[in-house]
Amino acid sequence: MGIKKRSHKIKVGIIGTGNIGSDLLIKIQRSLYLECSMFTGKNPDSDGIRKAKALGVRTSTDSIRVIEKNPELCDIVFDATSAESHLVHAPILAKLHKFVIDMTPSRIGSMCVPLVNLSECLQKSNVNMITCGGQATIPLAIAIRSVHPEVDYLELVSSISSKSAGIGTRDNIDEYTQTTSDGIKAFAHIPHTKAIIILNPAEPPIMMHNTVYAHIENPDMGKLTHAIQETVKQIQKYVPGYRLVLGPLFENNRVTVMTEVIGRGDYLPVYAGNLDIINCAAIAVAERYAKMKLSSIHK
Amino acid sequence: MGHQFTAEQITMYARGAEKAGTEVIIVGHGNGLGASSLQLGKSLLPDKEMLEVAGKELKKTKLGAFLIPGFGTIQNDLEPALDLGVQVLMIACHCTEANVTKQHIRYAVKKGIQTYGVLMMSHMATGEQLLEQAQFMQEYGAYGILIMDSAGTYLPADVLSKIGTLVHGLDIGVGFHAHNNLGMAIANSIAAIQAGATFIDATSHGLGAGAGNCQLEVLAAVLQRMGIETGLDLYSLMDNSDIVAGIMKRPIEINTVTLMSGLAGVFSGFAPHVEKAAKKFGVDPRDIFAELGKRKVVAGQEDIIIDVASYLKQKKDFKQEDYQLESLL
Repeated sequence: MGIKKRSHKIKVGIIGTGNIGSDLLIKIQRSLYLECSMFTGKNPDSDGIRKAKALGVRTSTDSIRVIEKNPELCDIVFDATSAESHLVHAPILAKLHKFVIDMTPSRIGSMCVPLVNLSECLQKSNVNMITCGGQATIPLAIAIRSVHPEVDYLELVSSISSKSAGIGTRDNIDEYTQTTSDGIKAFAHIPHTKAIIILNPAEPPIMMHNTVYAHIENPDMGKLTHAIQETVKQIQKYVPGYRLVLGPLFENNRVTVMTEVIGRGDYLPVYAGNLDIINCAAIAVAERYAKMKLSSIHK
Repeated sequence: MGHQFTAEQITMYARGAEKAGTEVIIVGHGNGLGASSLQLGKSLLPDKEMLEVAGKELKKTKLGAFLIPGFGTIQNDLEPALDLGVQVLMIACHCTEANVTKQHIRYAVKKGIQTYGVLMMSHMATGEQLLEQAQFMQEYGAYGILIMDSAGTYLPADVLSKIGTLVHGLDIGVGFHAHNNLGMAIANSIAAIQAGATFIDATSHGLGAGAGNCQLEVLAAVLQRMGIETGLDLYSLMDNSDIVAGIMKRPIEINTVTLMSGLAGVFSGFAPHVEKAAKKFGVDPRDIFAELGKRKVVAGQEDIIIDVASYLKQKKDFKQEDYQLESLL
């Protein structure tokens, strides 16, 4: 039994041919609702461009200009460049009426965590996927706050392998921590938040590891454990490699929860769970949008 | 110190450093601006207040601050620090990740701040790798490069070779920051000077997490014996050391745990967290350090301590069960 091929798929353009863009490209190959009709960047020697050509996907080194010149190329655009570049791209794509999924920490569009506000985001024209740390943590923060509404401080520490942190992540490290901590604040309504990111160059590369600390005076560990385990199950529906490795644990006057993300090994090997968690979330958004479009076409 | 300096203690320290003729003092949370956290420990006073208090006491001695990208940011931490009169900045990263400092070094250099690039946990890279990373920082505009032996694991021969490679390959000054886990902080600092280092990072009374850092007044005395001029006033440095000794909650010493940290090549600052986790999970702190070394954790990954302690506990319980099962058979 093979996968049924759909004759109608929604066309997708990807700007940015680095780690994020290339991984999205491969995930889209598996989608029943999406097809990548343009893979565009600036660097003709990028490994991603080579990969796309090998897959028979149209490529360009004219970055956003190829979409500007040929707007019929795609309905959905993933911007996997940098926060700085997205500032330039966003108004152009808005003029072209594209549904934009922004993978950078630019915070121009509405922040989206599929588990929390997917339907709402489909009504917007520019959706921001926050950061990989944000995707890995915001649902947990919401679970913690649902049990302890009084939680006043929450902190996230993400460790990722150096190999999985592309130049965009490195150039945007400040935007990364800021956007992650703002994302937690906005979604979980916790007054004080902090995000920390650490790159570890160890070989073999480490899996993406996330630790959440919450400051809670008298935690109800039974309820917290239940809420967190439920949330993890929900995330696993769209990020299969997401797992709880420790906790919740109460030590040192803090509630500690640790999760790990094992990637699917699409573009980078399995250690790059950070690529997977943000990209799986983005694909979930794009597929829901595509389904909506396709059903309106068939009507 | 557990990041618990009071305003009065900072005032005393800064006053003493000024009197002793210290070039620069670095003020703030032990892991830099913006590092006060549940991960590393919350500091008693906000960074801004610490900088303000210290700044008041300084005339000739420059006020400095330290920042690790990923912990602190330009907007939240660097900008306010510069507004408070910080004249010297240290922008630090793990020794192989220099490009995460680009934003921050460029920002500070543009503002006319004397900015250093800092490579932490330098024992985890070769001399050539360190040089390549330092060259990136030089290109961003760094005034000098500080090499840290964050685990206190170097021997003088390592320092001679690595600092030598950097001094020959760079156009800017090279400095060294020693930890004392193997009792080599002074010897390694001297080796760095012999290899061409032009500045040494040291602390009064060796103040620092774990086994402490290079003890400033001892280094000054050794340099005096060697006939190397530093411009430091030894008596004032000694007075300052006494002040620090009075403040410390427990002596800075090489004990089993801090020794093991140096041997395992793990960041010295982990020691108090490892001791707590060992107690909580009922495992040997030395085993935690050995496992952390195996996992090649970097500075700032304090959360992995709990992960490791829980793993060792599970392993231990499993072995006991195994044994019980065997004895039943």
